[in-house]
Amino acid sequence: MTDVRPRIRLPRSASAGDSITVKTLISHDMESGQRRNSNGDIIPRQIVNRFTCEYAGVLVIDMELHGAISANPYIEFEAVVPASGDFVFTWYDDNGEVYTATESFTVS
Amino acid sequence: MFTRRETIALGAGAAAAATLPLGAFAATVDEATAAFTGGAAVAEGGVTITAPEIAENGNTVPVSISAPGATEITLLAAGNPQAEVATFRFGPGAGAALVATRIRLGRTQDIIAIAKMADGSFTSARVEVKVTIGGCGG
Repeated sequence: MTDVRPRIRLPRSASAGDSITVKTLISHDMESGQRRNSNGDIIPRQIVNRFTCEYAGVLVIDMELHGAISANPYIEFEAVVPASGDFVFTWYDDNGEVYTATESFTVS
Repeated sequence: MFTRRETIALGAGAAAAATLPLGAFAATVDEATAAFTGGAAVAEGGVTITAPEIAENGNTVPVSISAPGATEITLLAAGNPQAEVATFRFGPGAGAALVATRIRLGRTQDIIAIAKMADGSFTSARVEVKVTIGGCGG
């Protein structure tokens, strides 16, 4: 398993009340549970099964992921920024691990 | 007469079909739809799926879905061993019912997006994506 590393991309600036495009990517193999190893045994599923994003404590998106999401899941969506605040991103792994990332955003 | 590309696509499709196990939990489109809608009628239109007509690599196919006024969207792949791809629930902080991600497609197939609108009704769209190299690996 490679290191799990979240990456977030936000616009440089926005006005209060704007809807901005948020781009997220996390390095993760997303082992689908469909593949077999060289012995013909199924490689057990290990994916990120849920992703959430909140801005200033308000839920933006709650996503359920299945094995058909590509490795290194890329997720892009729109968030409203009524005022400056923090984005909190959370990824939930099948193995129970939870990865989080926080990004501050300032509106003009 | 098959072109080279068609032959490769056919071969890849056949190989994928032959090697994909039908898991005990493999959900069909109908089952996944019923789970999402609770059996309610699903209209057509009002949902836009943007995906390539031909995907060279089924391991990572960019897809974006827009459904203005939707509170939830589920994405299904009719030809994958498990139909469910993802379900998106939009919170009060969402700017639009618009998402983009990258998905795996095992072979040429239809992808289906079903949106739950704010009034509780359901609407859907479907597009075909031709896959040159399948993305279920094995």
